[in-house]
Amino acid sequence: MSPRTIFIKEMKELSKNLKEMAGSVEETYERLFASLTDKNEEEVNEIAASEKMFGDMQRAIESQCLFLITKQQPIASDLRVVTATLKVVTDIERIGDHVVDMAELVLRLNMADLASYSGHLPTMIDAAKSMLHDAVEAFFGRDIKAAAIVVAADDVVDELFNKVKQDLLTFLKNEGKDEDECIDILMLAKYLEKIGDHAENIGHWEIFQETGNMKDARLL
Amino acid sequence: MNNSKIIIENLNLYYGDNHALKDVSMDIPEKHITAFIGPSGCGKSTFLKTLNRMNDLIDSVRIEGKVMLDRENIYAPGVDTTLLRKKIGMVFQQPNPFPMSIYDNVAYGPRIHGIKSKARLDEIVEKSLRGAAIFEETKDRMKKSALGLSGGQQQRLCIARALAVEPDVLLMDEPTSALDPISTLKIEELMTELKSNYTVAVVTHNMQQAARVSDFTAFFLVGEVVEFNSTDNVFSRPADKRTEDYITGRFG
Repeated sequence: MSPRTIFIKEMKELSKNLKEMAGSVEETYERLFASLTDKNEEEVNEIAASEKMFGDMQRAIESQCLFLITKQQPIASDLRVVTATLKVVTDIERIGDHVVDMAELVLRLNMADLASYSGHLPTMIDAAKSMLHDAVEAFFGRDIKAAAIVVAADDVVDELFNKVKQDLLTFLKNEGKDEDECIDILMLAKYLEKIGDHAENIGHWEIFQETGNMKDARLL
Repeated sequence: MNNSKIIIENLNLYYGDNHALKDVSMDIPEKHITAFIGPSGCGKSTFLKTLNRMNDLIDSVRIEGKVMLDRENIYAPGVDTTLLRKKIGMVFQQPNPFPMSIYDNVAYGPRIHGIKSKARLDEIVEKSLRGAAIFEETKDRMKKSALGLSGGQQQRLCIARALAVEPDVLLMDEPTSALDPISTLKIEELMTELKSNYTVAVVTHNMQQAARVSDFTAFFLVGEVVEFNSTDNVFSRPADKRTEDYITGRFG
Protein backbone atom coordinates (compact mmCIF):
# COMPACT_ATOMS: atom_id res chain seq x y z
CA MET A 1 0.00 0.00 0.00
CA SER A 2 1.18 3.50 -0.77
CA PRO A 3 2.49 5.41 2.23
CA ARG A 4 0.62 8.49 0.99
CA THR A 5 -2.97 7.38 1.35
CA ILE A 6 -4.15 10.75 2.70
CA PHE A 7 -2.49 12.62 -0.13
CA ILE A 8 -3.93 10.28 -2.73
CA LYS A 9 -7.36 10.68 -1.16
CA GLU A 10 -7.03 14.46 -1.31
CA MET A 11 -5.95 14.33 -4.95
CA LYS A 12 -9.01 12.22 -5.77
CA GLU A 13 -11.20 14.66 -3.90
CA LEU A 14 -9.72 17.56 -5.88
CA SER A 15 -10.36 15.80 -9.17
CA LYS A 16 -13.91 14.97 -8.09
CA ASN A 17 -14.65 18.61 -7.23
CA LEU A 18 -13.29 19.90 -10.51
CA LYS A 19 -15.25 17.27 -12.39
CA GLU A 20 -18.42 18.26 -10.58
CA MET A 21 -17.85 21.90 -11.46
CA ALA A 22 -17.20 21.03 -15.10
CA GLY A 23 -20.33 18.88 -15.12
CA SER A 24 -22.35 21.72 -13.65
CA VAL A 25 -21.11 24.19 -16.28
CA GLU A 26 -21.81 21.73 -19.07
CA GLU A 27 -25.27 21.05 -17.74
CA THR A 28 -26.03 24.78 -17.49
CA TYR A 29 -24.92 25.27 -21.09
CA GLU A 30 -27.26 22.54 -22.29
CA ARG A 31 -30.10 23.78 -20.10
CA LEU A 32 -29.79 27.31 -21.51
CA PHE A 33 -30.33 26.31 -25.11
CA ALA A 34 -32.94 23.67 -24.24
CA SER A 35 -34.86 26.34 -22.30
CA LEU A 36 -34.65 28.66 -25.26
CA THR A 37 -36.11 25.97 -27.51
CA ASP A 38 -38.83 25.28 -24.94
CA LYS A 39 -39.42 29.02 -24.43
CA ASN A 40 -38.91 28.49 -20.71
CA GLU A 41 -37.99 32.05 -19.66
CA GLU A 42 -38.06 31.25 -15.96
CA GLU A 43 -35.28 28.70 -16.41
CA VAL A 44 -33.17 31.19 -18.39
CA ASN A 45 -33.68 33.75 -15.61
CA GLU A 46 -32.37 31.23 -13.13
CA ILE A 47 -29.30 30.58 -15.25
CA ALA A 48 -28.67 34.32 -15.61
CA ALA A 49 -28.52 34.52 -11.81
CA SER A 50 -26.10 31.63 -11.27
CA GLU A 51 -22.79 33.41 -11.88
CA LYS A 52 -21.77 33.42 -8.23
CA MET A 53 -22.11 29.66 -7.94
CA PHE A 54 -19.29 29.00 -10.43
CA GLY A 55 -17.11 31.62 -8.77
CA ASP A 56 -17.59 29.96 -5.39
CA MET A 57 -16.73 26.56 -6.84
CA GLN A 58 -13.62 28.02 -8.42
CA ARG A 59 -12.42 29.58 -5.16
CA ALA A 60 -12.96 26.33 -3.26
CA ILE A 61 -10.93 24.35 -5.80
CA GLU A 62 -8.16 26.96 -5.95
CA SER A 63 -7.91 26.88 -2.18
CA GLN A 64 -7.75 23.11 -2.21
CA CYS A 65 -4.89 23.22 -4.74
CA LEU A 66 -2.95 25.78 -2.70
CA PHE A 67 -3.34 23.80 0.52
CA LEU A 68 -2.24 20.63 -1.27
CA ILE A 69 0.87 22.43 -2.50
CA THR A 70 1.54 23.87 0.95
CA LYS A 71 1.00 20.73 2.96
CA GLN A 72 1.83 17.87 0.63
CA GLN A 73 4.40 19.40 -1.72
CA PRO A 74 3.38 17.38 -4.75
CA ILE A 75 6.07 16.78 -7.35
CA ALA A 76 6.46 15.30 -10.83
CA SER A 77 3.15 13.95 -12.18
CA ASP A 78 1.30 14.99 -9.00
CA LEU A 79 2.47 18.58 -9.39
CA ARG A 80 1.39 18.58 -13.04
CA VAL A 81 -2.09 17.47 -12.01
CA VAL A 82 -2.41 20.13 -9.29
CA THR A 83 -1.10 22.94 -11.51
CA ALA A 84 -3.24 21.83 -14.45
CA THR A 85 -6.25 21.84 -12.12
CA LEU A 86 -5.37 25.33 -10.96
CA LYS A 87 -5.35 26.53 -14.56
CA VAL A 88 -8.31 24.53 -15.86
CA VAL A 89 -10.56 25.69 -13.05
CA THR A 90 -10.18 29.23 -14.42
CA ASP A 91 -11.12 28.10 -17.93
CA ILE A 92 -14.14 26.26 -16.60
CA GLU A 93 -15.22 29.25 -14.55
CA ARG A 94 -14.86 31.52 -17.59
CA ILE A 95 -17.03 29.15 -19.61
CA GLY A 96 -19.62 29.23 -16.82
CA ASP A 97 -19.52 33.03 -16.90
CA HIS A 98 -20.03 33.08 -20.65
CA VAL A 99 -23.04 30.77 -20.31
CA VAL A 100 -24.50 33.22 -17.80
CA ASP A 101 -23.67 36.14 -20.15
CA MET A 102 -25.44 34.32 -22.98
CA ALA A 103 -28.47 33.76 -20.75
CA GLU A 104 -28.66 37.53 -20.22
CA LEU A 105 -28.46 38.13 -23.97
CA VAL A 106 -31.17 35.53 -24.61
CA LEU A 107 -33.42 37.41 -22.19
CA ARG A 108 -32.60 40.73 -23.83
CA LEU A 109 -33.49 39.18 -27.18
CA ASN A 110 -36.87 38.17 -25.71
CA MET A 111 -36.16 34.47 -26.20
CA ALA A 112 -35.97 35.01 -29.97
CA ASP A 113 -35.21 32.12 -32.27
CA LEU A 114 -31.48 32.41 -32.90
CA ALA A 115 -31.63 30.53 -36.19
CA SER A 116 -33.73 33.31 -37.68
CA TYR A 117 -30.65 35.57 -37.53
CA SER A 118 -28.06 33.04 -38.66
CA GLY A 119 -28.51 29.49 -39.86
CA HIS A 120 -24.98 28.76 -38.65
CA LEU A 121 -25.72 29.66 -35.05
CA PRO A 122 -27.35 26.36 -34.02
CA THR A 123 -24.38 24.53 -35.58
CA MET A 124 -22.01 26.74 -33.63
CA ILE A 125 -23.91 26.11 -30.38
CA ASP A 126 -23.55 22.37 -30.96
CA ALA A 127 -19.89 22.62 -31.98
CA ALA A 128 -18.90 24.63 -28.89
CA LYS A 129 -20.89 22.28 -26.68
CA SER A 130 -19.14 19.23 -28.16
CA MET A 131 -15.77 20.90 -27.72
CA LEU A 132 -16.50 21.60 -24.08
CA HIS A 133 -17.73 18.08 -23.50
CA ASP A 134 -14.80 16.46 -25.29
CA ALA A 135 -12.26 18.68 -23.52
CA VAL A 136 -13.64 17.75 -20.12
CA GLU A 137 -13.70 14.06 -21.06
CA ALA A 138 -10.10 14.23 -22.32
CA PHE A 139 -8.91 16.02 -19.19
CA PHE A 140 -10.47 13.63 -16.70
CA GLY A 141 -9.92 10.55 -18.88
CA ARG A 142 -6.23 11.55 -19.12
CA ASP A 143 -6.54 11.04 -22.87
CA ILE A 144 -3.82 12.96 -24.66
CA LYS A 145 -5.03 11.93 -28.14
CA ALA A 146 -8.57 13.13 -27.46
CA ALA A 147 -7.08 16.36 -26.12
CA ALA A 148 -5.22 16.94 -29.38
CA ILE A 149 -8.50 16.49 -31.29
CA VAL A 150 -10.20 19.08 -29.08
CA VAL A 151 -7.36 21.52 -29.66
CA ALA A 152 -7.76 21.11 -33.42
CA ALA A 153 -11.55 21.48 -33.21
CA ASP A 154 -11.24 25.11 -32.18
CA ASP A 155 -10.64 26.08 -35.82
CA VAL A 156 -14.12 24.78 -36.63
CA VAL A 157 -15.73 27.00 -33.98
CA ASP A 158 -13.65 29.99 -35.12
CA GLU A 159 -14.76 29.39 -38.70
CA LEU A 160 -18.40 29.17 -37.61
CA PHE A 161 -18.03 32.49 -35.81
CA ASN A 162 -16.94 34.11 -39.09
CA LYS A 163 -19.91 32.55 -40.85
CA VAL A 164 -22.34 33.82 -38.22
CA LYS A 165 -20.79 37.27 -38.53
CA GLN A 166 -21.23 37.13 -42.31
CA ASP A 167 -24.85 35.97 -41.90
CA LEU A 168 -25.52 38.91 -39.58
CA LEU A 169 -24.01 41.40 -42.02
CA THR A 170 -26.16 40.00 -44.79
CA PHE A 171 -29.17 40.08 -42.51
CA LEU A 172 -28.51 43.72 -41.62
CA LYS A 173 -28.03 44.76 -45.25
CA ASN A 174 -31.16 42.99 -46.45
CA GLU A 175 -33.47 43.75 -43.59
CA GLY A 176 -31.94 47.07 -42.58
CA LYS A 177 -33.32 46.83 -39.08
CA ASP A 178 -32.81 45.05 -35.75
CA GLU A 179 -29.31 46.48 -35.34
CA ASP A 180 -29.44 46.08 -31.57
CA GLU A 181 -30.48 42.47 -31.84
CA CYS A 182 -27.78 41.78 -34.38
CA ILE A 183 -25.15 43.17 -32.05
CA ASP A 184 -26.49 41.01 -29.23
CA ILE A 185 -26.43 37.96 -31.47
CA LEU A 186 -22.86 38.78 -32.49
CA MET A 187 -21.91 39.02 -28.83
CA LEU A 188 -23.55 35.70 -28.15
CA ALA A 189 -21.56 34.17 -31.00
CA LYS A 190 -18.42 35.74 -29.58
CA TYR A 191 -19.12 34.07 -26.22
CA LEU A 192 -19.47 30.74 -28.02
CA GLU A 193 -16.21 31.38 -29.76
CA LYS A 194 -14.56 32.17 -26.40
CA ILE A 195 -15.99 28.97 -24.95
CA GLY A 196 -14.24 27.15 -27.80
CA ASP A 197 -10.98 28.88 -26.82
CA HIS A 198 -11.34 27.85 -23.18
CA ALA A 199 -12.15 24.27 -24.20
CA GLU A 200 -9.02 24.34 -26.33
CA ASN A 201 -7.08 25.47 -23.24
CA ILE A 202 -8.46 22.53 -21.28
CA GLY A 203 -7.16 20.29 -24.06
CA HIS A 204 -3.73 21.91 -23.79
CA TRP A 205 -3.70 21.43 -20.02
CA GLU A 206 -4.52 17.76 -20.45
CA ILE A 207 -1.48 17.46 -22.71
CA PHE A 208 0.53 19.31 -20.06
CA GLN A 209 -0.69 16.90 -17.39
CA GLU A 210 0.85 14.03 -19.32
CA THR A 211 3.97 15.66 -20.71
CA GLY A 212 4.83 18.83 -18.80
CA ASN A 213 4.62 20.66 -22.14
CA MET A 214 2.38 23.54 -23.10
CA LYS A 215 2.10 24.11 -26.85
CA ASP A 216 5.46 22.37 -27.37
CA ALA A 217 7.27 24.47 -24.76
CA ARG A 218 8.44 22.62 -21.71
CA LEU A 219 6.97 24.12 -18.56
CA LEU A 220 7.90 21.44 -16.06
CA MET B 1 29.36 20.08 -21.03
CA ASN B 2 30.36 19.60 -17.43
CA ASN B 3 33.78 18.27 -16.54
CA SER B 4 33.62 15.00 -14.70
CA LYS B 5 35.40 15.11 -11.37
CA ILE B 6 34.77 11.50 -10.47
CA ILE B 7 34.02 8.80 -12.99
CA ILE B 8 32.66 5.54 -11.63
CA GLU B 9 32.86 2.54 -13.93
CA ASN B 10 31.08 -0.76 -13.37
CA LEU B 11 31.40 -0.58 -9.62
CA ASN B 12 30.29 -3.69 -7.74
CA LEU B 13 30.44 -4.01 -3.99
CA TYR B 14 29.82 -7.08 -1.89
CA TYR B 15 29.37 -7.35 1.85
CA GLY B 16 30.32 -11.01 2.06
CA ASP B 17 27.65 -12.66 -0.13
CA ASN B 18 25.46 -9.60 -0.24
CA HIS B 19 25.79 -7.86 -3.58
CA ALA B 20 25.19 -4.32 -2.31
CA LEU B 21 26.15 -2.25 -5.35
CA LYS B 22 25.43 -3.63 -8.79
CA ASP B 23 27.38 -2.39 -11.75
CA VAL B 24 27.16 1.28 -10.91
CA SER B 25 28.53 3.68 -13.51
CA MET B 26 28.24 7.42 -13.12
CA ASP B 27 30.06 10.66 -13.92
CA ILE B 28 30.02 13.12 -11.05
CA PRO B 29 30.42 16.61 -12.50
CA GLU B 30 32.95 19.03 -11.09
CA LYS B 31 31.76 21.98 -9.01
CA HIS B 32 28.18 20.84 -8.92
CA ILE B 33 26.07 19.17 -6.28
CA THR B 34 25.07 15.59 -6.95
CA ALA B 35 22.45 14.02 -4.70
CA PHE B 36 21.94 10.30 -4.07
CA ILE B 37 18.42 9.37 -3.09
CA GLY B 38 16.60 6.11 -2.53
CA PRO B 39 14.89 4.08 0.18
CA SER B 40 16.83 2.73 3.17
CA GLY B 41 19.16 -0.06 2.23
CA CYS B 42 19.33 0.92 -1.44
CA GLY B 43 23.10 1.36 -1.34
CA LYS B 44 23.35 5.14 -1.59
CA SER B 45 25.45 5.59 1.57
CA THR B 46 27.57 2.58 0.70
CA PHE B 47 28.13 4.14 -2.70
CA LEU B 48 29.10 7.50 -1.16
CA LYS B 49 31.65 5.74 1.04
CA THR B 50 33.26 4.02 -1.93
CA LEU B 51 34.19 7.46 -3.22
CA ASN B 52 36.84 7.95 -0.54
CA ARG B 53 37.38 4.30 0.31
CA MET B 54 35.66 4.45 3.66
CA ASN B 55 34.46 0.90 3.04
CA ASP B 56 38.06 -0.32 3.15
CA LEU B 57 37.68 -0.33 6.90
CA ILE B 58 35.11 -3.13 6.75
CA ASP B 59 36.67 -6.60 6.49
CA SER B 60 33.98 -8.42 4.56
CA VAL B 61 33.76 -5.81 1.80
CA ARG B 62 34.91 -6.66 -1.71
CA ILE B 63 34.93 -4.04 -4.42
CA GLU B 64 35.23 -4.44 -8.19
CA GLY B 65 35.31 -1.75 -10.81
CA LYS B 66 36.86 1.67 -10.96
CA VAL B 67 36.43 4.99 -9.21
CA MET B 68 38.44 7.58 -11.09
CA LEU B 69 39.21 10.85 -9.35
CA ASP B 70 40.68 13.24 -11.90
CA ARG B 71 41.17 10.26 -14.22
CA GLU B 72 43.12 8.22 -11.62
CA ASN B 73 41.65 5.08 -10.11
CA ILE B 74 41.47 5.52 -6.36
CA TYR B 75 41.39 1.73 -5.97
CA ALA B 76 44.68 1.25 -7.81
CA PRO B 77 47.43 -0.39 -5.74
CA GLY B 78 49.63 2.07 -3.92
CA VAL B 79 47.03 4.79 -3.47
CA ASP B 80 47.60 6.55 -0.13
CA THR B 81 44.17 6.73 1.50
CA THR B 82 45.26 9.55 3.83
CA LEU B 83 46.11 11.70 0.84
CA LEU B 84 42.96 10.52 -0.91
CA ARG B 85 40.83 11.62 2.03
CA LYS B 86 42.61 14.97 2.05
CA LYS B 87 41.30 15.43 -1.47
CA ILE B 88 37.88 14.00 -0.66
CA GLY B 89 36.52 15.28 2.64
CA MET B 90 33.51 13.86 4.38
CA VAL B 91 30.73 15.20 6.59
CA PHE B 92 28.52 12.79 8.49
CA GLN B 93 24.95 12.66 9.68
CA GLN B 94 25.74 13.39 13.33
CA PRO B 95 27.93 16.44 13.81
CA ASN B 96 31.09 14.96 15.31
CA PRO B 97 33.42 17.73 16.46
CA PHE B 98 36.47 16.61 18.38
CA PRO B 99 36.33 17.35 22.12
CA MET B 100 38.68 20.28 21.79
CA SER B 101 38.47 23.97 21.01
CA ILE B 102 36.81 25.33 17.91
CA TYR B 103 40.19 26.49 16.65
CA ASP B 104 41.87 23.14 17.23
CA ASN B 105 39.07 21.29 15.50
CA VAL B 106 39.72 23.22 12.31
CA ALA B 107 43.52 23.26 12.70
CA TYR B 108 43.61 19.51 13.31
CA GLY B 109 43.80 18.43 9.67
CA PRO B 110 46.34 21.02 8.51
CA ARG B 111 48.55 20.17 11.53
CA ILE B 112 48.45 16.47 10.58
CA HIS B 113 49.51 17.42 7.10
CA GLY B 114 52.52 19.23 8.57
CA ILE B 115 51.54 22.87 8.86
CA LYS B 116 53.10 24.34 12.01
CA SER B 117 53.22 28.10 11.46
CA LYS B 118 50.80 29.86 13.82
CA ALA B 119 50.16 32.62 11.28
CA ARG B 120 49.45 30.10 8.54
CA LEU B 121 47.14 28.06 10.79
CA ASP B 122 45.29 31.23 11.85
CA GLU B 123 44.77 32.03 8.22
CA ILE B 124 43.51 28.54 7.36
CA VAL B 125 41.17 28.42 10.37
CA GLU B 126 39.59 31.77 9.53
CA LYS B 127 39.27 30.94 5.84
CA SER B 128 37.70 27.57 6.59
CA LEU B 129 35.28 28.95 9.16
CA ARG B 130 34.27 31.68 6.72
CA GLY B 131 33.91 29.08 3.98
CA ALA B 132 31.54 27.16 6.21
CA ALA B 133 29.59 30.31 7.10
CA ILE B 134 30.32 30.05 10.80
CA PHE B 135 33.18 32.50 11.33
CA GLU B 136 31.02 35.36 12.63
CA GLU B 137 29.43 33.09 15.23
CA THR B 138 32.74 31.67 16.47
CA LYS B 139 35.34 34.42 16.07
CA ASP B 140 35.07 35.51 19.72
CA ARG B 141 35.13 31.99 21.16
CA MET B 142 37.84 30.22 19.18
CA LYS B 143 39.43 28.78 22.29
CA LYS B 144 36.15 27.50 23.72
CA SER B 145 35.11 23.89 23.38
CA ALA B 146 33.41 22.99 20.11
CA LEU B 147 30.97 20.88 22.10
CA GLY B 148 29.35 24.08 23.39
CA LEU B 149 28.06 24.91 19.93
CA SER B 150 24.53 24.11 18.81
CA GLY B 151 23.95 21.10 16.55
CA GLY B 152 23.71 23.25 13.44
CA GLN B 153 26.84 25.18 14.38
CA GLN B 154 28.68 21.93 15.11
CA GLN B 155 27.78 20.63 11.66
CA ARG B 156 29.07 23.81 10.01
CA LEU B 157 32.21 23.48 12.13
CA CYS B 158 32.62 19.93 10.78
CA ILE B 159 32.29 21.33 7.28
CA ALA B 160 34.94 23.95 8.15
CA ARG B 161 37.15 21.14 9.47
CA ALA B 162 36.71 19.29 6.20
CA LEU B 163 37.52 22.44 4.19
CA ALA B 164 40.68 23.14 6.21
CA VAL B 165 42.70 20.53 4.31
CA GLU B 166 41.59 22.10 1.03
CA PRO B 167 39.80 19.13 -0.51
CA ASP B 168 38.45 19.03 -4.06
CA VAL B 169 35.41 16.99 -3.18
CA LEU B 170 33.05 17.03 -0.22
CA LEU B 171 31.00 13.96 0.55
CA MET B 172 28.02 14.55 2.80
CA ASP B 173 26.12 11.66 4.31
CA GLU B 174 22.71 12.96 5.38
CA PRO B 175 24.33 16.14 6.69
CA THR B 176 21.15 17.70 8.03
CA SER B 177 19.07 14.79 9.23
CA ALA B 178 19.99 15.52 12.86
CA LEU B 179 19.36 19.25 12.54
CA ASP B 180 16.39 21.55 13.04
CA PRO B 181 14.80 23.18 9.95
CA ILE B 182 16.61 26.53 10.22
CA SER B 183 20.01 24.88 10.68
CA THR B 184 19.10 22.64 7.76
CA LEU B 185 18.40 25.63 5.54
CA LYS B 186 21.71 27.21 6.59
CA ILE B 187 23.60 24.06 5.61
CA GLU B 188 21.71 23.96 2.32
CA GLU B 189 22.60 27.60 1.61
CA LEU B 190 26.18 26.78 2.47
CA MET B 191 26.18 23.81 0.10
CA THR B 192 25.14 25.98 -2.81
CA GLU B 193 27.95 28.42 -1.94
CA LEU B 194 30.46 25.58 -1.65
CA LYS B 195 29.82 24.30 -5.13
CA SER B 196 31.59 27.25 -6.70
CA ASN B 197 34.83 25.81 -5.32
CA TYR B 198 34.10 22.18 -4.56
CA THR B 199 32.46 19.14 -6.05
CA VAL B 200 29.77 18.04 -3.63
CA ALA B 201 28.05 14.66 -3.37
CA VAL B 202 25.29 14.31 -0.82
CA VAL B 203 23.20 11.42 0.40
CA THR B 204 19.83 12.58 1.63
CA HIS B 205 16.58 11.06 2.75
CA ASN B 206 14.95 14.42 2.32
CA MET B 207 13.77 14.54 -1.25
CA GLN B 208 12.86 18.20 -1.05
CA GLN B 209 16.44 18.83 0.00
CA ALA B 210 17.75 16.97 -3.02
CA ALA B 211 15.36 18.99 -5.18
CA ARG B 212 16.39 22.29 -3.55
CA VAL B 213 20.15 21.97 -3.50
CA SER B 214 21.37 19.51 -6.09
CA ASP B 215 22.13 19.91 -9.77
CA PHE B 216 22.07 16.19 -10.48
CA THR B 217 20.26 13.37 -8.78
CA ALA B 218 20.84 9.64 -8.80
CA PHE B 219 18.04 7.37 -7.67
CA PHE B 220 19.22 4.10 -6.13
CA LEU B 221 17.13 1.00 -5.65
CA VAL B 222 18.41 -2.32 -4.28
CA GLY B 223 21.99 -1.53 -5.19
CA GLU B 224 21.32 -0.25 -8.68
CA VAL B 225 21.19 3.23 -10.13
CA VAL B 226 17.73 3.34 -11.64
CA GLU B 227 18.08 6.86 -12.93
CA PHE B 228 20.77 9.53 -12.99
CA ASN B 229 19.88 12.85 -14.53
CA SER B 230 19.63 16.57 -13.93
CA THR B 231 17.65 17.27 -10.78
CA ASP B 232 15.18 19.31 -12.86
CA ASN B 233 14.38 16.22 -14.87
CA VAL B 234 14.32 13.75 -12.01
CA PHE B 235 11.88 15.82 -9.98
CA SER B 236 9.64 17.02 -12.79
CA ARG B 237 9.40 14.10 -15.14
CA PRO B 238 11.57 11.16 -14.25
CA ALA B 239 12.22 8.71 -17.05
CA ASP B 240 11.69 5.59 -14.97
CA LYS B 241 8.37 4.65 -13.42
CA ARG B 242 10.15 3.43 -10.25
CA THR B 243 11.74 6.86 -9.79
CA GLU B 244 8.37 8.53 -10.26
CA ASP B 245 6.75 6.18 -7.75
CA TYR B 246 9.49 6.79 -5.20
CA ILE B 247 9.69 10.58 -5.42
CA THR B 248 5.91 10.96 -5.37
CA GLY B 249 5.77 8.76 -2.30
CA ARG B 250 3.99 5.81 -3.89
CA PHE B 251 6.45 3.49 -2.17
CA GLY B 252 9.52 3.63 0.04
